[in-house]
Amino acid sequence: MLKIVSDLLKHDTRFRIAAVFLLAVLILIALTAVSPYDPTRTFKVPADIPPSLKYPFGTNSRGQDLFWWMAFALRNSLLLGLLTAAVSRVIAILVGLTAGYRGGLVDRVLMSVNDSFVVMPVLPVLILLSFLLRGQMNIPLLALILGLCGWPGDARLIRAQVLSLKERSFTRTAVYSGSTPLNISLNEHLPFVLPVVFATTIANMLWSIGMEVTLSVLGLSNVSLPTIGTAIYWANQHQALVAGIWWWLAAPIICAMVLFLGLYLLFSSVNEYIDPRTRLRLMGG
Amino acid sequence: MRRFVLGYLLPRIVQWAVVIFIGVTVTFIIPRLSPNDPVEKQVAELMASGAHISPQAVIEMRAALTEMYGLKGSSWEQYFGFWGRLFRGDMGPSLSTFPTPVTALIVRAMPWTLGLLLTAVLISWALGNVLGAFASYYPKSRIMGVIDVLSQAVRPIPYYVMALVMLIMFAYVVRIFPFSGAYPPGTHVEFTPQFILTVLKHSALPALSLVILGMGGWFLGMKSLTSNIISEDYVVYAETAGLRENNILFNYIIRNALLPQITGLALQLGSIFSGALIMEVVFGYPGMGTLTLQAVMGNDYSLIMGIAIFSIIGVATSVLILDLIYPLFDPRVRHQ
Amino acid sequence: MVLLTVENLRAYYRTEMYGISRTVRAVDGVSLELQRNEIYGVAGESSCGKTTLIKVIAGAIKPPLKVEEGRVHYQFGAFDVDMLRISADDLRSNVRWKEISYVMQGSMSVLNPVRRVITTFEDIVATHQGYTDKKAFLTQVQEHVSKLGLPPDVLNLYPHQLSGGMRQRVAIALATIFHPSLIIADEPTTALDVVVQRGVLQMLKDIQAESGNTVLLVTHDLAVHANVADRVAIMYAGRLVEEAPTQLIFNAPRHPYTQHLIHSLPMIGDKSPRASLGGRPPNLANPPSGCRFHPRCPHAMDVCRGQAPEMVKLTGGQRVACHLVTQ
Repeated sequence: MLKIVSDLLKHDTRFRIAAVFLLAVLILIALTAVSPYDPTRTFKVPADIPPSLKYPFGTNSRGQDLFWWMAFALRNSLLLGLLTAAVSRVIAILVGLTAGYRGGLVDRVLMSVNDSFVVMPVLPVLILLSFLLRGQMNIPLLALILGLCGWPGDARLIRAQVLSLKERSFTRTAVYSGSTPLNISLNEHLPFVLPVVFATTIANMLWSIGMEVTLSVLGLSNVSLPTIGTAIYWANQHQALVAGIWWWLAAPIICAMVLFLGLYLLFSSVNEYIDPRTRLRLMGG
Repeated sequence: MRRFVLGYLLPRIVQWAVVIFIGVTVTFIIPRLSPNDPVEKQVAELMASGAHISPQAVIEMRAALTEMYGLKGSSWEQYFGFWGRLFRGDMGPSLSTFPTPVTALIVRAMPWTLGLLLTAVLISWALGNVLGAFASYYPKSRIMGVIDVLSQAVRPIPYYVMALVMLIMFAYVVRIFPFSGAYPPGTHVEFTPQFILTVLKHSALPALSLVILGMGGWFLGMKSLTSNIISEDYVVYAETAGLRENNILFNYIIRNALLPQITGLALQLGSIFSGALIMEVVFGYPGMGTLTLQAVMGNDYSLIMGIAIFSIIGVATSVLILDLIYPLFDPRVRHQ
Repeated sequence: MVLLTVENLRAYYRTEMYGISRTVRAVDGVSLELQRNEIYGVAGESSCGKTTLIKVIAGAIKPPLKVEEGRVHYQFGAFDVDMLRISADDLRSNVRWKEISYVMQGSMSVLNPVRRVITTFEDIVATHQGYTDKKAFLTQVQEHVSKLGLPPDVLNLYPHQLSGGMRQRVAIALATIFHPSLIIADEPTTALDVVVQRGVLQMLKDIQAESGNTVLLVTHDLAVHANVADRVAIMYAGRLVEEAPTQLIFNAPRHPYTQHLIHSLPMIGDKSPRASLGGRPPNLANPPSGCRFHPRCPHAMDVCRGQAPEMVKLTGGQRVACHLVTQ
């Protein structure tokens, strides 16, 4: 594992950039433990001050120090991403393993449902959901809901993997020696499936954090909770652009970019490293 | 032919029906899970507005609202009534612009969204794929390298953030494009060249944002697809046979690589559609996106429901159409 | 008359990634001569370098493959070609397909899956020769194809509608459309059942007999060589170890590796168990020193470890590279 990291650091520019970005994010998040302000409170500091040494990201019209606010926002957004990824991984694994192993009618029904979720435009449905739950929205709930929408693509991948595993001899051996399907799925097949799961986790995280931004901007989540999305929401509410308080928008946008790019570059560089086919392709000249 | 119809067409049509069924059912169930009762909410709002209403009137209003919301009767009666009204194209009245029917609002906004989507998707898909194939086939090209890096940088950025950045850059910092809307308020909607020009100017930014984001994805996907196809036997053969590079690129590589991309387009339509909605909100473009915002701001839940259902049906049907077009490109599916 | 001279050819694959560089010495000092009007077979295990040798001979040299040293020289009668120095344009307009054509390994999938068979013919003829009258062209192709035993309406079908054997024949038809001087056939019968194999081999033999050209036949299947080839060369780990007329190779092999190959062939009526060579073919990125066969050779001597044997000429047109012979 350590060797992978050091190899990548030495040779892959993308990984280096990703490492820098993500490190910055993590440091910022760690700082929230020592934050001097409660992020949900307003008017703690003078409002509308542009970025300076004292207030690195400036302050907003609600009298909040943007630096600390964004630190919390990053923490919450990342937390959301991880939680959603966890929920959807679990569902995807369950569905994928079952559909792949059982086959037949179960498989067809599950895949039909799966494909429906893939085709359906989730945003309108999510808007509907969030609209109705407006008052009670918080991070875990949002994670749960997003997780319920994010599993289909990966379920299919896992199922494909299981289908090929089913034909291998170790599966047959397990069956003949009397293991239950559950046992086989969990103990024999799961380890093969996990790399696929990891590969899609980051993609899923990117998607869920992006969704959160969208929903919050429309005012559909708990707006007193700092996240990247709510930062933009408040900026819009106070007409930040028109009033010339550009740093209120710049801070969340830049933080978002750093977070997203960091995750994405990490994901694609590790993926390329692991996949032997891309390695071969890179050798072609 | 018969095998084709049964083996290919039928499952897809069934899937289309399933998607719509699940989508509509989910949309039906969700509001009923909420602790908020829209009828009571409406009544409460009305009473809070200070107008004096007799108790009798309140009861009648409650009944009327319940009927209108389709909340009368048991859940099953509601469900079937829901489907019945859907078939008749009746999605209830909008609350924020009472009593305009939701269907009318959607029909008015839909062409804008459709126009934006069609152009943006076609351009980004076609352009992205062709460029991606070029990038893979001519790996030393500098331009392609730049596009590659840009695409990778843009890929993870959510639609909203992208739209915001574009807005800030091109409407605020460098004021080329107008800030919002599809035409200045007060203009008549007509098909004069002048009007069309104004519309184009206003739709440029949302379209551009969609294209930039979309193209990156197709570019990267096609590039990776193409590099796999380059090592396929028939491409190596064509090269060994000395065929010209352009011929190989277009007739052997792109023709084959496009096939999974068509399928990919079908799979992505849902999220592209969502992206378009977001773009509209940011740029104030008068399509379904802005309609959604209006619905959210106005607490208009029947409008939101209508939009949700319509989106599901629309996207599912588009996917079906794509599925039906695919055999035209892949003879292996046409002739068994 | 000599058609092709290959002198001391070295072709390596060089790769570098994540800080690790690797050189695979796929062809490491091969010299041979192809005559006109013969079928020349090359035999050897997988990853002995035969495909790389063919790529270089056919002029399909692309990174990471690089020719380090050597000479590949053709004498086509009307003109000569130095394969390692010829320009890509020259190659395409004068040599490819007109003088040298290629029947690929896995010809099952050499046809473009989304276009009809005839389009490949069109593409190839249009690129190398051009045609003005579409109808005349079509009739010509149909004639050519039916002469090879294929029904002419094959041209209007899609590749997936043809059987494996038919696709192989179409590949051969494509390779012979210009009646080239050299046809390179790389494993033309692998993945075909024996009946179809026979048909394909017969087709090759007939074409060769009729036009008097040269066929370079590469396959690990010695039975095919026994059936079809005039001369056979055995390759091991990037080097030629023996070359001789077919009869001689099968009746009197001199190199231990060849001897082993011949003895391992099943014979009708002979039920004795066959011995197998210990070990595995060497890793071409890190080949053994001296004679590459010495780790597995039952007769290995000290000199074999240190020095690579040179090819020596014996009677009857046989060549061997083995210290046993040169002692």
